[in-house]
Amino acid sequence: MTTPSGDEVRVLVAGAGSGPVLALDEPLSFWGGVDPETGDVIDRRHPQHGSNVAGTVLVMPGGRGSSSASSVLAECLRLGTGPAAIVVRDADEILMLGSLVAGLLYQRSCPVVAVVPEQFARFRAADHLIVDGGRIGS
Amino acid sequence: MTLVLTSHERAMLDGSGTEAERIAMSIIVRVADVMGAEQLLEIGGAHIDSCLYHGRAGLDFAERLVAGGGRVQVPTTLNVSSLDLLHPELYRGDAETAALARRLMECYEKMGARPTWTCAPYQLDARPAFGGHVAWAESNAIVFANSVLGARTHRYGDFIDICAAITGRVPAAGLHLDEGRGATLWIDVAGVPGALLEADVFYPVFGHLLGKLAGVGIPAVTGLPAGVSEDRLKAVGAAAASSGAVALMHIVGSTPEAPTLADAYAGAVPSAPDITVTMDHLRAARDELTTASGPVGVVSIGTPHYSVAELETVARLLDGRTVATGIDLYISTGRNVMAAAADAVGRIEQSGASIVVDTCTYITPIIRRPESAVMTDSGKWAFYAPGNLGIDVVFGSMAECIETAVTGEVVRDDTIWG
Repeated sequence: MTTPSGDEVRVLVAGAGSGPVLALDEPLSFWGGVDPETGDVIDRRHPQHGSNVAGTVLVMPGGRGSSSASSVLAECLRLGTGPAAIVVRDADEILMLGSLVAGLLYQRSCPVVAVVPEQFARFRAADHLIVDGGRIGS
Repeated sequence: MTLVLTSHERAMLDGSGTEAERIAMSIIVRVADVMGAEQLLEIGGAHIDSCLYHGRAGLDFAERLVAGGGRVQVPTTLNVSSLDLLHPELYRGDAETAALARRLMECYEKMGARPTWTCAPYQLDARPAFGGHVAWAESNAIVFANSVLGARTHRYGDFIDICAAITGRVPAAGLHLDEGRGATLWIDVAGVPGALLEADVFYPVFGHLLGKLAGVGIPAVTGLPAGVSEDRLKAVGAAAASSGAVALMHIVGSTPEAPTLADAYAGAVPSAPDITVTMDHLRAARDELTTASGPVGVVSIGTPHYSVAELETVARLLDGRTVATGIDLYISTGRNVMAAAADAVGRIEQSGASIVVDTCTYITPIIRRPESAVMTDSGKWAFYAPGNLGIDVVFGSMAECIETAVTGEVVRDDTIWG
């Protein structure tokens, strides 16, 4: 992976990851929203119901505040069904914790970065993104 | 801005204490950095959500902490788990998952937390004081602590909850600070008819609407009668923390940081409400909480866990009648509340209803007829079940839920909604 020369972003969890973009139209709770066995989005009320987060750069407004989302994200990362990277508009400590603990236990964290609204709109529209350290590029 | 640690905090981080303290403090410090905290705060208590089993990752983390000598440093209560230890026959999941869930529960008991197993820690004997800092997880408990008790907790989730309990520290940031607690949105309900404001059923519906309007914001609500009861505020907060991420709401005239609208705002008060709630808003919110149109086979109430007063109301509404053939009635509460309401519980059980403690019907397989629609009086249950469990729901008041359970036919009176 080449280091992207693109935008500087705020790092919540460090690391590198790249993949096709999965852009979510609404916040998503991993708890009740993602099946850790498959990575499928199972929340029937979510606009992206039926898509799969595994290996994607997940570009999402944020989590939904559910306390259990940290555990479910960590379980996804343990099982290899988690995203390659997460890009959020609203910094989310609950998602951050899931990735941090997957790193601590299994060396399987995914980078989590927060971006400003202008960047968020642009990254949502990208096909493929590379997140590395404090930078994102396509 | 740089985080400054005390010598004791530094010692925990450096590994001078236990391995569990080192892990826990390293996580607290990482989160403090991201939140822009300049120091840590001592907490007076913690409420842990991590004891609910979601897979091996949560168990591996807890066992790592136990092996590292993890002990909670502050009074710590435990949220619902996957199992009802007092009514084990209710569990319908597989034995392997149950064994892993039990192991997870034991880890948290070994670390010194109280086996309270309730999502309503504010219904336990000791409650956080006004202005006191705590680390609470579980979204309905967070919004209750901040709003109704005036205690201070950020939105904590799994893993950081136990890290805060082990270190006795949280980042000095977010909802712990005065500047993080001012209203960001003014919602006025003065135009809602008084008869509806007098009805319990208004409150979870309003909470569902409030969450959708406020999102991650801090709403100030005017126009409700002064002194809204704790059970009604519980229903508002639980629904608002499900449809939205509300962690603090100022109900002017009812919650302690909002005697007036000006108190709810840290700075200048806007000249007009951001949103004036209409009956159209409320009817739409009510309708969103119902996805089934046919009969129901299950009635599930008590999310969040019912209080003593709510159990007594259920017993009074049942009035010695029995649950209809073809309906299962589940009533969730905390084991402490069940013990305190023994008379009401006895009368409820004579009806054929199942009292559920230590867990909840939407997080673990308890419902005997998962293929049938479920009636509930909980905005939270009605919000999560269709999306997360694939269960269709009918929302109604507690009284309507009880009438449905004893008659076997869905009873709902919508006249109060105009």
